[in-house]
Parts: sequence; C-alpha cells; structure tokens
Amino acid sequence: MSPQEKDPMATNENEAPHGTAMGTSSDPVGQAEELAPAEVANESPSQGAAAGVTAPVSTPAADRADHDDAAGYYTTGAPIADTKAPAGPVERRWTERVFNAKLVNPANRRRLSVIVVGTGLAGSSAAATLGEAGYHVDAFFYQDSPRRAHSIAAQGGINAAKNYKEDGDSIYRLFYDTVKGGDYRARESNVYRLAEVSANIIDQCVAQGVPFAREYGGLLDNRSFGGVQVSRTFYARGQTGQQLLIGAYQALERQVAAGTVKTHARHEMLELVVVDDGSGPRARGIVTRDMVTGEIETHLADAVVLASGGYGNVFFLSTNAMGCNVTAAWRAHRKGAHFANPCYTQIHPTCIPVSGEHQSKLTLMSESLRNDGRIWVPKNAEDCDKDPRDIPEEDRDYYLERIYPSFGNLVPRDIASRQAKNMCDEGRGVGPMVGDQRRGVYLDFAEAIERMGRSAVEAKYGNLFDMYARITGEDPYATPMRIYPAVHYTMGGLWVDYDLQSSIPGLFVAGEANFSDHGANRLGASALMQGLADGYFVLPNTIRDYLADGPFPKITDDDPEVRAARANVQERIDHFLSVNGSRSVDSFHRELGHIMWEYCGMERSAEGLRTAIEKIRALREEFWRDVRVLGTNDSLNQALERAGRVADFLELGELMCIDALHRRESCGGHFRAESQTPDGEALRDDENFAYVAAWEWGGETGEPILHKEDLVYESVEMKQRSYK
Amino acid sequence: MNLTLKIWRQPNGSATGEMVTYPITDVSEDMSFLEMLDVLNERLTAEGEEPVAFDSDCREGICGMCGLMINGVAHGPEVTTTCQLHMRSFSDGDVVTIEPWRASGFPVLRDLAVDRSAFDRIIDAGGYVSVNTGAAPDAHATPVPKENAERAFDAATCISCGACVAACPNGSASLFLGAKITHLAELPQGQAERHTRVLNMVHQHDLEGFGGCTNIGECTAVCPKEIPQDVIATLNKDMRHALWNRV
Ligand SMILES: Cc1cc2nc3c(=O)[nH]c(=O)nc-3n(C[C@H](O)[C@H](O)[C@H](O)COP(=O)(O)OP(=O)(O)OC[C@H]3O[C@@H](n4cnc5c(N)ncnc54)[C@H](O)[C@@H]3O)c2cc1C
Ligand code: SF4
Ligand code: FES
Repeated sequence: MSPQEKDPMATNENEAPHGTAMGTSSDPVGQAEELAPAEVANESPSQGAAAGVTAPVSTPAADRADHDDAAGYYTTGAPIADTKAPAGPVERRWTERVFNAKLVNPANRRRLSVIVVGTGLAGSSAAATLGEAGYHVDAFFYQDSPRRAHSIAAQGGINAAKNYKEDGDSIYRLFYDTVKGGDYRARESNVYRLAEVSANIIDQCVAQGVPFAREYGGLLDNRSFGGVQVSRTFYARGQTGQQLLIGAYQALERQVAAGTVKTHARHEMLELVVVDDGSGPRARGIVTRDMVTGEIETHLADAVVLASGGYGNVFFLSTNAMGCNVTAAWRAHRKGAHFANPCYTQIHPTCIPVSGEHQSKLTLMSESLRNDGRIWVPKNAEDCDKDPRDIPEEDRDYYLERIYPSFGNLVPRDIASRQAKNMCDEGRGVGPMVGDQRRGVYLDFAEAIERMGRSAVEAKYGNLFDMYARITGEDPYATPMRIYPAVHYTMGGLWVDYDLQSSIPGLFVAGEANFSDHGANRLGASALMQGLADGYFVLPNTIRDYLADGPFPKITDDDPEVRAARANVQERIDHFLSVNGSRSVDSFHRELGHIMWEYCGMERSAEGLRTAIEKIRALREEFWRDVRVLGTNDSLNQALERAGRVADFLELGELMCIDALHRRESCGGHFRAESQTPDGEALRDDENFAYVAAWEWGGETGEPILHKEDLVYESVEMKQRSYK
Repeated sequence: MNLTLKIWRQPNGSATGEMVTYPITDVSEDMSFLEMLDVLNERLTAEGEEPVAFDSDCREGICGMCGLMINGVAHGPEVTTTCQLHMRSFSDGDVVTIEPWRASGFPVLRDLAVDRSAFDRIIDAGGYVSVNTGAAPDAHATPVPKENAERAFDAATCISCGACVAACPNGSASLFLGAKITHLAELPQGQAERHTRVLNMVHQHDLEGFGGCTNIGECTAVCPKEIPQDVIATLNKDMRHALWNRV
C-alpha cells in the first residue's frame, strides 16, 4: 500500500489546532495527515476494495423529472449562461480572456475607484493588486485590522500544480481532481483557470516572505495524501491561512502606505448602492455603519468587489469566526444579484462536540485521528451516561466497523458524519445532554495505545490531544475523546460569470462569497487557493474590462437611489432599537441554527425541509416583532450588529431550504434522503440536475425565481460515484 | 461555580469608566471565558442593562481579536489567548477583575474593547516586502535554509493581539515589532529593505506612544504565541546596523 493509500478517508486539510507546534519535525506523521486534503467524500482510489454499491436507488431519474418537491415555493425564470468564458479548448480560455479584456491606461487608473468589502485572502489580495495597478481602492472589514479576517484560521495548506515533486502533477490533474471533487457541479472553465494560476500564487507568496515549510535543501516541502496521488499541498505548519493572510495583509498595508488603498476598520457594509445612470443599473457603492460611532456612511465608486466570506454561521454553531455573516452578499442579492447553490454546505465529522447551551462556536480536530482511533457508542442507551471505561467490550457498538466492514472508521467524511447523527438520534449519543440529546460519539485510542505504545500515539497526535484536553478538560490518553460533526464551509454563494461579475453589472464577487469553483463539495486546501487566485490574478484582469468603460457618470449622496439605500439602513437600525421585545438576538440565532442543523444539515428530506421553511418563517416574523436590542446607534453596539446579521440569515435560511428541496438528488455536501443507493450512499442525478441553481430575489412577498445554468463538460467525463 | 465579576464599564472613548460588580452563578467549567461573558450578557439584556462590549472573532486563538486583562494579567492565568481560556482555570467563589488593555497606544473604545490600529500603522511603515503581484520569480529560485525558514515562521506566528504591550510596564510594543523584524530578516526576500524597514517601523512605534524596552520580559510571559524575547535582540541588532549604515 502506498503512503497515499493509508489515508483513504475523506480527510480535510484544515483542522490542525492552533497554538501548538503542529507538524514540527518531531511530528512528521501527524503533520502529513493533518494536511491531508479532503477527498471528495465519494471517491478515493483505496476505497475501491470496499462496498460495491452503485446499484441505482429505487426512484429512477425519469420518474423524478416531473416530480418537483419544491413546487409552490419558487418560480422558474429564464435559463442563464456564462457569457464571458471564451469558447474553444479549456486550456486556452484564460489566456484568451486576459488578452481580450480591455486595457486601462495607467494615467486613467487614478481616476477609477473600486470598493472592496472584506480583507480575507480574497479581499486583501484583490485590494493590494488593484492598488498596485494604480486604481483608487477603499477596503472595508468589520474587525479592527484587515489581518483578522476569518482566513487567518485556515490551517492545513494550499494546493498548487507546481509539480515540484515530478510525480505527474499538472494543471490538468488539479483541474480534474477539483471537478471530480466538486461532484461534477462546478464549471469547467473556472476550475481550469484556478488550476492554471495556482502555481503563480506560490511564487507570489514566497516573494512576499510567507514562511512555507521547507526541506533541508532549502526548497519548499509538499505533502501527498489519501486519494490524491500527487504532492501538491504547500503549508506553513498548522497555520497556513495565517501566514498567507499576513502576506496579503502586508501587501495591502504597503499600498495603504503608498496612498492607493484606504482601509476602513470596524465598518460593516449594510447595503449595496445600485444606480441607473441611463445605461442600465450598475453597482456604484455601499452603505456602511461605522461600528464605533454608529455613523451611517455612503461610499461611492466605479465598481464594487464583495469578498465577504461564507455563510456557515447560518447554523449558529460552526467552525467559522463569530462575526462571519451573509449580510454583504444578501443585501446584494436583494438588489438583484443571483445567489447560486445556497444549499451546498460542507460538514466535518471530527469536531469537538457541543458542551452545553452556552456553546458559541465549534473547533475542528484533524480527521487523521480516524486512522488509529476507533469510533463507538454504547449498544444500550442506558449506558450512555456511564464512564466509557466501565462499558465492557461486548456492550460497545463500533458502528462504522459494523456497518462498513471494509472501511470501518475510515469511511468517507459525509458517511461518518451522517452515521454519528443517526446514533445520537437513536438515543445512543454520549457526553452532556444538549437540548434533548447527547450529541457526541466516542473516538477511542485505548487499542492504539496498546498496539503502538503511548509515545508513538503522542508523537503522532500529541498536539491534537493537547488541544482536546485544553478545551474539554479531559485526558484523551486515559478516556476516549468525544467527537461530533460541524458545519465548516459553504460552497454556494453569489452567482458570478467567468469574470467574477455578478448579475449586477459592476458588482464582482471573490473568495468564499462566490459560488464558482468548488461545485457541490470543496477539496481540502482549495479554498485558500481560490481566494488568492481570485484576488491576485483573476479579478484584477477581468475588472479592467469593466473599468475601461469608466469613470461612470458622477453620482452624489443625494441621488435618489443612494438616499433610498441609506434610508433603508437607517430604518432597519431604528426598528431594531425600538422593538424592545423579549428575546435576545442570540436566542433567535441559536433557534435558527437548530432548525437548519436539524433539517438542512447532514441529511435533508422533502418533509423535513418543508417543516424547516414553516419554522423559519414563523421565527422570522417573531424576530421582527419581539427582538430586544438595547442601547443606541451612536456607539459600539454589538447586539445591534448581530441583529442585522441574524435578520439576513433568517432570509437566507429559507432560500437554502428551498434550494435543498428543489434539488432532489444527492451530490457532494448535499444529501437527500430520497436519493441514495440501497447502501445509503449519495446518488447523483445528472440527467435532471447537472445545472447551477441561480436564485433571483423574488421581492418581500414573492417567491424566489430559479435560473438554471446548465453545466457542460467537454474536457472531463462525468462519472457516477463508485466504490468499485 | 459562582463568581464575582468586577468589570470595567465605559460607555465610549471620551467618557470616564468605572469597575462594576456582577455576581454570576452556575458557571460551567466547560465554558470558555468569553462564553461566560456571553451568558452574563444574555442576562444583562434580559434585565434591561446594556451588555458588556468585548472583542472576539475566531475564538480559536489565531485572529488576535480578543484580549482582556484578567486579574491584572493579560489573557489571564494560562499562557493562551483569552478566547482559549476555560472556566476550569477558576474556582467557586473567585473574584475576577476584567479590564481592557491599558496602554496609551490602545485607547479604549467602549468597556473592554480597545483601538489597536497603531499596530497596522507600524506595519505600514515597512513591515512588508515590496513586490508587486505578478513580479515574483519562481518559488524555487532562492532556496532558504530550513533553520531560517523556521525561525521566520516562529516569529511570524504573532497574532497582533497586543498582550505584550498591555503587560509591559513601559507600554512598549517591542515584542510585536521584533517579531515582524525577525520574520522578514530571516528570509532572503526581506534583505533589500532590511535597514529602512527597521528605522521606519521603530520611528512609527515611538510616534504611536509606545514606550521603550528595558528588557523586563513581562511581554514574553503573557504572549500567547510564545514569541521568544530574542526577537527583540534581533530588532536591536538590526537597528544598530541600520543606524551605522546611515551615518
Ligand atoms: C477552521 C477552518 C480551517 C480552514 N482551513 C483551510 C485550509 O487549510 N485550506 C483551505 O484551502 N481552506 C481552509 N478553510 C476555508 C478557508 O479558510 C476559507 O474559505 C477562506 O479563508 C475564505 O476567505 P475569504 O477571503 O473568501 O473570506 P474571509 O477570510 O472569511 O474574509 C471575509 C472578510 O469580509 C469582511 N466582511 C464580512 N462581512 C462584512 C460586512 N458585512 N461588511 C464589511 N466587511 C465584511 C470580514 O471583515 C473579512 O475581512 C478553513 C476554514 C475554517 C473555518
Ligand atoms: S508578540 Fe505575542 S503578545 Fe505581542 S502581539 Fe504578538 S502574539 Fe500578541
Ligand atoms: S478571538 Fe481570535 S484569538 Fe481570541
């Protein structure tokens, strides 16, 4: 068995603990595995020997074509297409687009202004690069420094098709792996371009001083992992996101010093300004709130870039930072930007479980733990509150080993997650009661310690065990750890064309905030790659084609559309501050999170999703009527900030459920109970669902409007999930 | 457990503040310190009192957004960030004082939240390598010895939290500054601007009102990323070389 094959599970890259010397040379194995990229849950060469499960599910595709679970919840609009990607061979499209995109004379660039919302990898890199080109850039973020964006938390690594190991990697192979990894729900042209520019990213970062891991010869180190047969992941111990972001942040600050970029810390975008100057509607600015003084400000420009991150916090509990939100994207959606594939979310099986109602966020642990740990729950529900060490072998249910004898604990990520939930739903979860359930399963190293010796386990997993001990106060060497799945990443986002332009002219979207490159599932170490590809290389080249037609007619704060946008923001704030209801913002957010997790989480069914939609609607009505936000607008008011975010999550949540309801197939991170093989594996339905679902806002009282963008594969062949 | 919290309340930057006492009951030892404050804030909201403002974002110890003086110690009793501190580090009946970072370079915005933008301005002054996007040579063009790469990495793990400043009797940001100087000084890419960088960054550090370093070492005792004090030696050495080169 090759080293790559030792880790057949769907391991992600990004869950090494912070603050520990993850992957130092004393920990070669743990490091390698911690960096293992997420294999698409459904495909991994070494899984071949196992479960021969490709028999079609009971509902053949043809039967389902005319059966629309979501009928009545939405209307259908005209199909859309990406008009910007050149036709022709996929490997020539980007070169051609860069060549054909109009140029802007350097002298004119100073007269053109761009607003960038977000300073994560995507936003910082875009703002810095646009500043270097000579445009006038304003960058906004809600933290107190650009360097604190959520990208800082990414751990494991970044992919690039450098082929430094001469192991057969290539742009085509990274492209192919990513399309396959996305379960054939991403656009070929975009993914190919991502792979194409990936190598430049590493060059750029090294030149900035990003301290990637190196070999003794002084060259960059790479890793290879389960499923992916090549070494293409670059990393900086367990803190790759931090180091990449510091690189981009420093490039950004250099432009601040040069006067091309102005940063606006603690400024939250609350509205998009769309103005029709006679040539049709264009994004021309944003309305922000200064989070310290409460001032509502208008910022106008020739183009707006949203790089505001993902929306995993719709689940309340996730591995995202506390402030991650959908507000910037959602306000743009309400102004006409289509929201694509909102139901595609990624859930990780090995997080530290919820410890009580006070829980505010969740922390990932490396899935590599599943290589040596054995997962179990008690056979009898009565044993669930016992000390696990007192439960005899015969009363334990090693359920993954039982249900999947060939894979055992190394089943793909989605299956591991779903089965953990099933065990807890059966009442056999362990750990503290959270709500009406114990939400955790054991991950037991007792046997590994016996087999390998404690010091070997320590060398391999010591840092993870330490992190676990710090958070839970339990000693994982003595008593089994408890794990539970958690929301981690959102593949959906604002719809963009090949130029990263949304359906509103002049509004561009980069990073996790757009939907473009990962299809229904993201591979490990590919989000960092995409954020930096978008910001450093793609957007600066495509946005100039748009800006070449500018500067656009001057508008002022007094334009009716601008005034209306500002009034809308003010009205919402006034409303929140005046309701003086009985429930805190967080209590609504938590409840929304419960609904989403229960019905739109790991497994979704038509019935559950319909229930969720009803519950969300009721909750939203109650929120507007009964939320309690104290204090005033004219100071730092964190409850007020959260109220605005939760209001938008309450609308997004419904759209996610409608999207999940209409997509009666399982693909990537989206598992519909109605679309599975007899063995419980996800079953795609290419005949009916090989499209991007781009949703148009249907108005306050209307239904969302679905525009389909057909996915056409010319360079790779669509394959059904197979374990053969 | 039950605790008595004494928390600094200050409505805004120009107002005067005071310590306010809040008893809190039924604190679970599994809570993080910030979750304990979340619970307090839910209660205050229910009682009609404005919640306590404090900063946090990742709650994983990496973004550097959180930071409280807990019983007079930056980030509290464990060597970690405030967000990674758990209530099992406290005992029933404890009195816990919670204050913002106190330093002239970090003005208070409200309650426990401070303005650390001075750190960004120090970076603006030269904490970068001047290379435009697209202008980079192949990443393998210049090998970097592993030891240098690792020392650069260790210094680069600074999360810019400001605990070092809060702990320092002189209010010096030398550990933060030394970390950035060391990060870039260890790499070939950082050499071209090495001297101007240190001169400009130190100048900005002083302008922001941070004090001088007298090698007391309180900074390293609280630094959640365990940035070693020798980064300050590198800073001083580079400063001497730069001054020497200038005259
Ligand atoms: C724990 C964890 C580990 C991960 N590890 C990896 C990994 O190893 N490899 C990998 O490839 N991916 C990883 N990922 C995923 C990856 O980190 C993210 O997808 C990526 O960093 C997102 O970058 P971004 O630039 O799009 O957005 P973000 O970094 O989320 O930045 C969003 C920015 O927008 C700003 N913003 C948001 N809303 C507003 C608003 N309304 N107004 C003003 N500003 C706003 C914020 O201030 C912030 O600056 C990980 C994710 C998590 C949660
Ligand atoms: S040196 Fe340490 S204490 Fe100072 S800002 Fe950096 S991480 Fe925080
Ligand atoms: S909240 Fe990010 S370091 Fe504490």
